[in-house]
Amino acid sequence: MDVAGETHRRLVVVGHGPAGHRLVEALRERDAAGAWRITVIGEEVRPAYDRVALTSYLTEDAELAFPAHDPDVTLLTGDPVTAIDRAARTVVTASGAVIGYDTLVLATGSAPFVPPVQGKDLPGVFVYRTIDDLDALRDHCGARPGASGVVVGGGLLGLEAARAMQGLGVDTHVVEVAPWLMPRQLDEGGGQMLRRHIESLGLTVHSGTPMAGLEAGEDGAVGRVALSDGSAVEASVVVFSAGIRPRDELARGCGLEVGERGGIVVDDACRTSDPSVWAIGECALIGGQVYGLVGPCNSMAEVVADHLLAETTGVAGQAAFAGADTSTKLKLMGVDVASFGDPFASTDGALDITYTDPVAGVYKKLIVSDDARTLLGGVLVGDAEAYPTLRAYVGAALPGSPEQTLFGGVEPAGGDLPGATVICSCNNVTADHIRCAVRDESLTDVAGVKGCTKAGTSCGSCVPLVKKLLDAELVAAGIEVSKALCEHFEHSRAELFDIVRVTGITTFTRLITEHGRGRGCDICKPAVASILASLGNGHILEGEQATLQDTNDQFLANMQKNGTYSVVPRVPGGEITPEKLIVIGEVARDFGLYTKITGGQRIDLFGARVDQLPEIWRRLVEAGFESGHAYGKALRTVKSCVGSTWCRFGVQDSVGMAIRLELRYRGLRAPHKLKSAVSGCARECAEAQSKDFGVIATEKGWNLYLAGNGGMRPRHADLFAQDLNDETLLRYIDRFLMFYIRTADRLQRTASWLEALEGGIDYLREVIVEDSLGICAELDAAMDRHVAAYSDEWRDTIEDPEKLRRFVSFVNAPGVPDPSIAFEPERDQIKPVLLAGPELEVVSR
Amino acid sequence: MTADVQTGPAHTAPSRTATRWHDVCGLDDLMPERGACALIEGVQVAIFRTFDGELFALSNYDPFSGAYVIARGILGTRGGVPTVASPMFKDVFDLRTGQALDDADVALRSFEVRLTPQDRVEVALS
Repeated sequence: MDVAGETHRRLVVVGHGPAGHRLVEALRERDAAGAWRITVIGEEVRPAYDRVALTSYLTEDAELAFPAHDPDVTLLTGDPVTAIDRAARTVVTASGAVIGYDTLVLATGSAPFVPPVQGKDLPGVFVYRTIDDLDALRDHCGARPGASGVVVGGGLLGLEAARAMQGLGVDTHVVEVAPWLMPRQLDEGGGQMLRRHIESLGLTVHSGTPMAGLEAGEDGAVGRVALSDGSAVEASVVVFSAGIRPRDELARGCGLEVGERGGIVVDDACRTSDPSVWAIGECALIGGQVYGLVGPCNSMAEVVADHLLAETTGVAGQAAFAGADTSTKLKLMGVDVASFGDPFASTDGALDITYTDPVAGVYKKLIVSDDARTLLGGVLVGDAEAYPTLRAYVGAALPGSPEQTLFGGVEPAGGDLPGATVICSCNNVTADHIRCAVRDESLTDVAGVKGCTKAGTSCGSCVPLVKKLLDAELVAAGIEVSKALCEHFEHSRAELFDIVRVTGITTFTRLITEHGRGRGCDICKPAVASILASLGNGHILEGEQATLQDTNDQFLANMQKNGTYSVVPRVPGGEITPEKLIVIGEVARDFGLYTKITGGQRIDLFGARVDQLPEIWRRLVEAGFESGHAYGKALRTVKSCVGSTWCRFGVQDSVGMAIRLELRYRGLRAPHKLKSAVSGCARECAEAQSKDFGVIATEKGWNLYLAGNGGMRPRHADLFAQDLNDETLLRYIDRFLMFYIRTADRLQRTASWLEALEGGIDYLREVIVEDSLGICAELDAAMDRHVAAYSDEWRDTIEDPEKLRRFVSFVNAPGVPDPSIAFEPERDQIKPVLLAGPELEVVSR
Repeated sequence: MTADVQTGPAHTAPSRTATRWHDVCGLDDLMPERGACALIEGVQVAIFRTFDGELFALSNYDPFSGAYVIARGILGTRGGVPTVASPMFKDVFDLRTGQALDDADVALRSFEVRLTPQDRVEVALS
């Protein structure tokens, strides 16, 4: 109680690191009544900062400070607590201040472990813990450019320190006593692979070799590190990073129980042997363990905040520390390293599956239960893309076979993950946490979940999973997951398509005024542009339509990585005359373009600047070429084998049919790009079954396959109908394409569209063959209109001076080429060179 | 729209060296809801004209891809903020300030831009 007789309770937090900071934040956020008066006493001169990001302070001058506490929190820095009087409930600081508490939380952290070797106190020997340590290290290295140095400890932090030291211009060696690097996270194979990566970056690794001692150099500072095998490494700087020891000296001094090997003993609510005293973070021994990761420290802070709140609200505190997921993923010197679950296969009967690619520097290992069904853990080095998904599956049934999982064919986990699955390991948020938050707080978007649970707010790798859980929960609650295209339209693409079709609206402005709100964005504008184009509203660059197009459609070419474009003339069926080949060759030569035959039987010309496109196309159009639409969500190519004309096995003219299909559907705008192929016999040389629509010749006609694709998630097409004659084949494809164009979502491939179609291929057959919806006449008419209205976009463009005006690099200097575009030779042709942007162009990074 | 549209940070220092305006193009050279790029003393400036006639100018350099392509992005709004989406990887920037909306650490440089009574578009580099 304070003087005024109010019922404030006094909380003193000793230590202002990440754990202490998190506790204060959590308490302040939830203590709406302001029942707690908080005093935080820090040893360092600075308030709490993000220790996890220490290296970025050294290498990039990053600002590490956490957001300051609100003014109601009293923060004393640079004045360490020297004693605790538990009977009087006071703490005493170095400056002599005596501060009383009702509740005391020790968040004193840990200190780097420095083994008791000879020479450990020589000048030039550092630890890697605080900003002051780093400043001292930087000053020392700065005065010794090109010198060599040693990091003692090849664990996570040791390697961080090594990277930082190398960045300071020091020739860096890492000495690790274990046989491989990161022995606490990685198995031997992973550790060895990591070593290869690290050594390729110019560091030297000595593993399995304990250090014997440090020797002074001529200047009295450290000069050499002696190893136990008798060898030595020259080192004018040494950093110890060989583990941590809990800072429990204050607790010892006041008689609190501490562990045999250090650490303040606490129960699963983080309470010490004195009920008024709590301990959190790296100084706490909880469940017999001391944790050195930020995730568990945050969890402990949240647990204590919960109990402290309970004390003032009268509701009993429930929170308990439930152990911690010690999974880690990091990018160490550009190398992905991840370890999750039980990476050492300590479970009985555990099996492991290992994949090693020494050339690519990839090592992957999964640990599974003895029946190979349950994922127990794993190690990933060199490629950790699958980490978030795999980590979420730890303890659960694998979604596929272990080898499928290992080779990356895993869809991200869905909303049905077990409740205890840790989704966000940075903040230790489980699936159930997220589900409860969504239900209790009526959350409807990812931002809300982040704000409420902190999931996804640190490294962000779990955000896709968070989204899936959220959506599943909304669906379960009967809340419709919004199909809105974006913030400007409530409608799905299919609904908008119908609105445009039925109302006859031909402009974006009218559509958004009457059926949406605001002015549109990069999501709805191209979608509407595609709808307008599918319904035949003239040239895509005409009038307002020009403003809706993605850059590819805007310049009728495909944007490549340096801002140049590729030019792809249509070559129907892949059949081309020598004269036309020569024209392509001449154009490529005259404009200095890189030339490549594509997978779709086209010739791609790369490296054209915006201002070169009209002249290139003038030459191509004159020679009889048309736009290949390689830029649009439109029909790309119809691939073909040589067919019965040339092939001794061919049973039909596949080239003739491919040309016929390509010319019929050229320029057809769709929700996603479309590809097709025609094979002249069952040998399937054109790979028609991996296409949106594929045709395979039979003795009696054509077999039609629908909704396959290559791409990230390949899908074989389904057999739709057999032995069709030419006219029926075309009609079925017409109807399929038009039905897809009308009803698919934005950027949805035919494959996922069919998968989402209730009733699947059978339903599609009812619609297309039996006309169950009574729309076939309409679909046919729509396709006939498209075929009749086709006109080559590039011919129309080069004939229109108004459209051509936009094909300049600079509006104030139309003749000047873009100086940022540069190339260098490779294999007798050119490749793009990205010029780093001038520093001033980007305000901050 | 008035004839003197100014954008960029509001903290236009009152008494620094006089602003040097560069004539870039006529208003008609800019299509509403689209951008164009100008080369001014070697600096690539992306200039945008929105549907209501407002003008904005940002660096043309896309820090996420390293290419000079911002002027070719699609204009729009997000929560009322006027935006441009880079055509390369679709990162969205605030037209007024250049701030990347999904990455607090990145912002494009923004420039002052104005329209003269003769309907000429002018940009100031500093």
